[in-house]
Amino acid sequence: MDLLIFQAPILMVQASMDGILLGILFALIAYGMALQWGVMNIINIAQGELVIMGGYIAYFMYLSGIHPAFGVIVSPIIMYCVGWGMYKLVINKVVDKDLFTSILATFGISILAQQLMNFAFGADVVVAQSNFGTTMLFNNSVTLPNAKIFSGAVCVISAIILVIYMKKSKLGRAIRATAQNARAAKILGVDTEKVYAATFGINAALCGIAGACIAITFTLHPYTGLPYTVRSFMIVIIAGLGNLPAVAISGMGLGVFEEWSDYLLGTEFRIAAVFSLLVIILVYRRFKLARKREYLK
Amino acid sequence: MKIRNILITLVSAIALLISASTISFAKVVGDKIILGAAVSLTGKYSSNGVHTQNGYNLAVERINSMGGVKVGGKTYKFDIIYYDDESNSGRAAQLAERLIKQDGVQFMLGPYSSGLTKAMAPVTEKYEVPMVEANGASRSLFTKGYKYLFAVLAPANLYLDVAIDLAVEKNGGKPVKIAMAFEQDAFSQDVRLGIVEAAKRTGSKIIIDDKLPKELNDMAATLSKVKATNPDVLVVSGHTKGALTAVRQISEMKVDVKMLAMTHCDAAKLSKQHGKASEYALCASQWHKSLSYKDKFFGGGMKYDADFTKAFGYAPPYQAAESSAALLVYKDAFERAQSFDTKKVRDALAATDMQTFYGNIKFAEGGQNVSKPMVLFQVSCNDDGSKCENKVVAPTKWASAELVHPIPSWSKR
Repeated sequence: MDLLIFQAPILMVQASMDGILLGILFALIAYGMALQWGVMNIINIAQGELVIMGGYIAYFMYLSGIHPAFGVIVSPIIMYCVGWGMYKLVINKVVDKDLFTSILATFGISILAQQLMNFAFGADVVVAQSNFGTTMLFNNSVTLPNAKIFSGAVCVISAIILVIYMKKSKLGRAIRATAQNARAAKILGVDTEKVYAATFGINAALCGIAGACIAITFTLHPYTGLPYTVRSFMIVIIAGLGNLPAVAISGMGLGVFEEWSDYLLGTEFRIAAVFSLLVIILVYRRFKLARKREYLK
Repeated sequence: MKIRNILITLVSAIALLISASTISFAKVVGDKIILGAAVSLTGKYSSNGVHTQNGYNLAVERINSMGGVKVGGKTYKFDIIYYDDESNSGRAAQLAERLIKQDGVQFMLGPYSSGLTKAMAPVTEKYEVPMVEANGASRSLFTKGYKYLFAVLAPANLYLDVAIDLAVEKNGGKPVKIAMAFEQDAFSQDVRLGIVEAAKRTGSKIIIDDKLPKELNDMAATLSKVKATNPDVLVVSGHTKGALTAVRQISEMKVDVKMLAMTHCDAAKLSKQHGKASEYALCASQWHKSLSYKDKFFGGGMKYDADFTKAFGYAPPYQAAESSAALLVYKDAFERAQSFDTKKVRDALAATDMQTFYGNIKFAEGGQNVSKPMVLFQVSCNDDGSKCENKVVAPTKWASAELVHPIPSWSKR
């Protein structure tokens, strides 16, 4: 087993590509989380449920005969409204409370969303078929599902669009201003309430895009949202808030590391390896920060 | 003051005793034998929970309409008290307690899944209430020395070992190379143990032994290893999610393997969701409608399939069939015991030796059913993949189709 790397070195390329495509998907979800964390100081535990909800939208399009790939357009529109509604119903009541309150509130939302989805869509594990086929590389030894490549491309494009939007548009500027200092933004005439609602909506829309991609690449089930929340949380912790390139790099880096450790060590070590890496990164960061502080003294 | 306290305690104790005893006698009320069941109507097992409940209900209705249960010259009818265990093992244990203590139920039916059965069994054991269960296959249920637990299904370690024998047979009796990926839960790990034993027995070599985390949605790395090592047989067990993920990624990554054996194909609606991509997959099943077992209530498998479909609007997965069989076992045991004494019924259950439409039932010391083998079916599709069928290919005695082996490579499919 430990000689796998020598037996078929080309498959390390396979593992890397799988990791990158997986990482891009997680990075998009993490970017949404970082955005609303940065702007509203809310850690959204229901992030994964938003993703799964977005996936179900694509799945139902597939059931009604529309190609599920169009879900990456329809799903964010619907999810934006869901996110906006969620903000108006619950989040606006906890947005200026401490972090703990918002964690509890979103945790509640996540349980509610799971049960509602279970009630509405049933407890079966479902998949949507894209029939996109497969890309073969290196004399057929590396095989990449086109659905995964499509998802990766969609995620990259949405991230780029979002960055441009945040830079150029009026709302984008308002969001960035609110993130820097909500009070000052308010004084200068930014309707922060609207900004918050839009931010939460944008986050839900990003989850919707990711969800639609997951529907055609992986599987959907009302209770499988949590891994997406945990993973995006982890990426945000490593990358920091409001730093898109860092989110993308840490997402893909974790994805590749995960696939490699799975390929070389065995699947049972996959998650342990990722979390060990997280601990190492955090400890390293602490040391670096401590050194800096000393220097400043 | 003191005397008053003592008096109150005494009176309430007597009241409690009386109420408790009336309740426990109340569980055969008039002409009704009341059974208790906690099944998952909500939560992550709710679809299989509903299959379980439908299976129970169909059998109750059938037995009642065909003359009921005759005990002591009197005819009784079955009735079931259901609770929803929310797919939560803590809740299941509470409900078992409630069914027995508050509702006074003295004969229990099992919940869905090994995990929940494991949570309920200690409770039924404590109160010495028999439980006939149909959906908990984990081997650990049968090694704890439970006296009141009976399972109509074959234990988990027998699910896929037939596949290894089959692979060896197809390899001209020579040992094979096995790759396996199992989820880290009680059931799948028991299936894994069965494979490990089969490998030892046949001298085969396990070259990949992956344990999939529960939350995992991605088997790409495992499949890369399969591509690198080229095993003779790939065995996967990870409930419905595992089955769906495996078939999706095997077909998308064009992984060629001579034999693919899995669990939970039925429950995952594998061929319906994946169409032609699921073709040639071998699936372990407790029951298949084409098997030729018979009983007087449901006739045979085909008849059961038709009746169930008529009643509930979908074809019965084996989870429903085994649940129906549990009721047939109870009826048989009551009639042999000619009593509602839990100990006598327990002894009668232990002595069960019968054939149902679902298969032969005879319990071993631990409570598992030892006289019904697992069957393997292979998914077989028409040319455009619009219609797929499950055809039994092993064991040979029940086979209705020839095994397609090795699986054609993806470049030719």
